[in-house]
Amino acid sequence: MKGRVGMNNLLSQDFEKALLDMDQRAATKILTQACEAVEPIVFVEQVVMPALEKIGDDWDKGLIALSQVYMSGRICERLVDTILPPASPNRTSQPAMAIAALNDYHSLGKTIIYSSLRASGYELLDLGRVGVDELVRQTIEHKLRIVLISVLMLPSALHVKQVVERLKQQKCKAKIVVGGAPFRFDQQLWQEVGADATGANIADALKVIHRIMEEMA
Amino acid sequence: MSMETMTSLQRVLTTLGHKEPDRVPFFLLLTMHGAKELNMTIREYFSKAENVAEGQIRMRKKYGHDCLYSFFYAPVEVEAWGGSVIYSEDGPPNSGEPIIGSFADIKTLRVPDIKQSPCLVKVLEATRIMKKMIKDEAPIIGVVMSPFSLPVMQMGFSQYFDLMFAEPILFERLMAVNEEFCVNWANAQLEAGATAICYFDPVSSSTITPRDLYLKTGYEVAKRTLARINGPTATHLASGNGLPVVADIANTGTAAVGVSCNEDLLAVKAACRSKTTVLGNLNGIEMRRWTPEQTENEVKSAIQQAAAGGGFILSDNHGEIPWQVPDDVLMAISQAVHKWGWYSKK
Ligand code: B12
Repeated sequence: MKGRVGMNNLLSQDFEKALLDMDQRAATKILTQACEAVEPIVFVEQVVMPALEKIGDDWDKGLIALSQVYMSGRICERLVDTILPPASPNRTSQPAMAIAALNDYHSLGKTIIYSSLRASGYELLDLGRVGVDELVRQTIEHKLRIVLISVLMLPSALHVKQVVERLKQQKCKAKIVVGGAPFRFDQQLWQEVGADATGANIADALKVIHRIMEEMA
Repeated sequence: MSMETMTSLQRVLTTLGHKEPDRVPFFLLLTMHGAKELNMTIREYFSKAENVAEGQIRMRKKYGHDCLYSFFYAPVEVEAWGGSVIYSEDGPPNSGEPIIGSFADIKTLRVPDIKQSPCLVKVLEATRIMKKMIKDEAPIIGVVMSPFSLPVMQMGFSQYFDLMFAEPILFERLMAVNEEFCVNWANAQLEAGATAICYFDPVSSSTITPRDLYLKTGYEVAKRTLARINGPTATHLASGNGLPVVADIANTGTAAVGVSCNEDLLAVKAACRSKTTVLGNLNGIEMRRWTPEQTENEVKSAIQQAAAGGGFILSDNHGEIPWQVPDDVLMAISQAVHKWGWYSKK
């Protein structure tokens, strides 16, 4: 067991380096070699997720560029799609989940979180850019149990309140997880708008979703 | 008894010269709030130069801060490049669909002619009216997007990253056209009466770009661009982090740097001392729900950390106060500066 953990640490470091270099070829090579020895889901949990969390953390600390975070997410998403196809039972047995950008025309934050979650083995819908009405409608229609909302502008963050109220009126119990710049700058804002949770970065998003999934299980 | 012995302009110039004026200068960087003063929608307010000039004059009268701000909104520049602007009832206008759909579009991109762009002419007209009204009493702060940050609105963030890493030649070409535009736009505002230009460059902040990449990109762009602007500039990171690069930013020849509330103001001030003036760093987002006591404490604490020796202008940390920040908070900021901001007691 110990040997395995040691190997994973080394592997994680190499994998992380490949991502930071935006070197998809090197990342693929590490994945192919590792998957000869372990199950894909093990690789995802022990190598991909920690690497993405570390990269998100390092970005928070100002050590690496946003472009590296973005590219890492995309590369991992692509790689994981090849080993854990979207219809894989490991993905589909989870509660229905989706992500959306509320009102805003800017979707980089949403894309990063979407890719990171998919690269971590979760399946989720991308609703794109939606208004309050549309988000409520789609939440009901898809019977979503977890809705992630990403915003960039403060007014959009405040509009989450309407989403929460409207869903409550319709007796929908979906968990609302919010994120984006306004929630990073005002740490009480997520509670003010009635969300169930928030996250400041990739690592947070993964932790929060993991926790909610466990509570639902 | 008023303890003021300087005009706003004298106060600001003194602090920019790294000397202590009569009191700490403060900029309430208000844009949309002018619409509230004039009882208009945001869209209506920005539709006429006269509205914005009038709004700025009224707000300075009300809060007693040390500048006028001729900034409309960032996407005004994209509009000049042929893009669209999307208005909102309770927030700043945003840019619409990117004007650069594919990398090939960059090859044929042409620098907009300022005189032929009604949206820019309107900003210049507002600047002229303000100048006529304020004369040399207070500085007028104009705004440009940096050539390095503008592409996020021209082509979208992820496309821009792809360009930066995969297409160095096209990236340089885009910088060249954007630099040309930025210099023309800044100089036109100075000619119309702006005292200084705020160069918004959040993509250069360490929140987006690490220092080694910045030195190869945003830093070089800023050095070239600022050298051709015929007046003082302030570089604003729009609440992105800047501590790892403030000394470099000072080297680009800028007179001030706008810093984030997420950074240690003491450390920022230490890094900037006698090199460049610190502009900041009240949390504009959180400000919306500050109590009067909290407001006073925030102002007092910023002043205690950064005011000594001059080289400090108190403001929010983004370069624009959100629409949702209420009047009483703005008033409380002003009162706190007038209480705690005096440099020497008589
Ligand atoms: C770079 C920047 C710019 C650039 C590019 C912006 C863009 N994307 O279009 C430029 C110069 C163009 C710009 C302009 C403007 N900006 Co600006 N800008 C920024 C800055 C510094 C970074 C934004 C960014 O893109 N970050 C990168 C993304 C990936 O980060 P993120 O969205 O926060 O996402 C991360 C986390 O939040 C989290 N996350 C995101 N979504 C979710 C969802 C869930 C569920 C979870 C768990 C986590 C999560 O994970 C992501 C990765 O870690 C921020 C301030 C800041 N420090 O964040 C201001 C900021 C976004 N800007 C702001 C504003 C107002 C504007 C303007 C409207 C100003 C104006 N009046 O014109 C314009 C409009 C631009 C437009 N496109 O129309 C405000 C918005 C808030 C507000 N006041 O309403 C901010 C927050 C500044 C502030 N402190 O007030 N800006």
